[in-house]
Amino acid sequence: MTATDTHRAIDAVWRIEQAKLIAGLARMVRDVGIAEELAQDALVAALEQWPKSGIPDRPGAWLMAAAKHRAIDRFRRAKLIDRKHAELGHELAADGEGVTPDLDAALDDDIGDDLLRLMFTACHPVLAQESRVALTLRLIAGLTTEEIARAFLVPEPTVAQRIVRAKRALAEKRVPFEVPRGPELAERLASVLSVIYLIFNEGYSATVGDDWMRPQLCEEALRLGRILAGLAADEPEVHGLVAIMEIQASRFGARTGPSGEPVLLLDQNRARWDQLLIRRGLTALERAEALGGARGPYALQAAIAACHARARTGVETDWARIVGLYGELAQIVLSPVVELNRAVALAMLFGPASGLELVDALSADPTLKDYHLLPSVRGDLLAKLGRTGEARREFERAASLTRNTRERELLLNRAAACAATAEPAP
Amino acid sequence: MEAIGKLGEEAAKAGVMVEMGGLLPTAMGARLRLAGGKLTVTDGPFSEAKEVIGGYAVYSVKTKAEAVAWATRFMNLHEQLWPGWEGETELRQLMEFGPPP
Repeated sequence: MTATDTHRAIDAVWRIEQAKLIAGLARMVRDVGIAEELAQDALVAALEQWPKSGIPDRPGAWLMAAAKHRAIDRFRRAKLIDRKHAELGHELAADGEGVTPDLDAALDDDIGDDLLRLMFTACHPVLAQESRVALTLRLIAGLTTEEIARAFLVPEPTVAQRIVRAKRALAEKRVPFEVPRGPELAERLASVLSVIYLIFNEGYSATVGDDWMRPQLCEEALRLGRILAGLAADEPEVHGLVAIMEIQASRFGARTGPSGEPVLLLDQNRARWDQLLIRRGLTALERAEALGGARGPYALQAAIAACHARARTGVETDWARIVGLYGELAQIVLSPVVELNRAVALAMLFGPASGLELVDALSADPTLKDYHLLPSVRGDLLAKLGRTGEARREFERAASLTRNTRERELLLNRAAACAATAEPAP
Repeated sequence: MEAIGKLGEEAAKAGVMVEMGGLLPTAMGARLRLAGGKLTVTDGPFSEAKEVIGGYAVYSVKTKAEAVAWATRFMNLHEQLWPGWEGETELRQLMEFGPPP
């Protein structure tokens, strides 16, 4: 094996182990920042020793032992200055340095819980959403600061700062390293889910073809969701979120045309939909429903996605069911965007006029004032009704509101198409 | 088999296992060969099959090195359970539509 091969192998093992390592350490030292530093120390030790000794059979256990050795050293050296460090050093030494096979098994369960604790801590409400996202990607997904910065098109120092401040905030506010219980759990879980979904959407809606990093975000979010589904298997909304992500990810191969232009759902070649992911998504949705969570917001969105996934062609789509599901969703989520989507579904089911009625009612909503999809939908419905002059104006308006160049092109093309078949001016 | 399942579980908990399955003995399968313009179908078992492919798994990972790391665990587990065990795992990357990894 060349040195590069070995490093790649160590990197791969690191990616597999690092979140569990940080989580286990965080439980012991009760500080996420210190835990990460200790984990880094362990990685340094691995990079020094494994090229010579080979990668151990149980790398996770090796890394944990190495981290604890270094921690004890650190804290012993610091104890003259810092009582806290002295206490921590004492606790770690008492916790035992070796890892026996039985302890290994026990550690497995603990580590599962610790990882869950870490996810909740990284998404704590004391942190701003963008900090939760950065911390989650850093500590659990194991992305480097540079990777996170590229993914969100933000300068690297900004991300680094965000992470430093987030860890400090958690320490200063003495955020406990625990899984919330009771009434707090639902809200805190919603926070974790929204972070994961935000990461997914960032990857999903990004312009495919410009930067390969962003589709990778979908993979990371999916992985985080799947991990969470394993750790919090009784929570229906977790399975609901995973279901949405699996099904949306299944369409990745069909979403762009040969020159990178976006292909709308109803125009996609469904042979390019990943049936394995669809199957996983439908299974996750069933799990959510079996847990009694069919009416949750993520489960409902997943059910809508499932309607599309089950249809072999666009024409076979069960629009009636979709309309019903959006209706249910609208009652929980209270968002005009949901209503807009319902209008699209209504139009598919009953014809463009019925959809337009709802869209016109939504046009007055101030929240949707700068939302490009409102005029985009309105333009589509007007075009279908033959009102091409009005349609063109809506598409042009939509094009002016979107910041996505691919979408703007698409909308301007539709406007031009309307102009080509224009009715005479009234 | 329980332990093999456990490794699959570990990968699932890490969010990287997409699908896994066992493969039944070659006696239950068949081989098709197209050569010289002629198609022949042969039912198993296949006498020259000294090596038996026992199963497959689909992992979703970021790099080939990660896939090798998981496969390594799998092989080590076999060694632990059946000392002296010898065998092979072949890794193949799935062709996917959409942006390259």
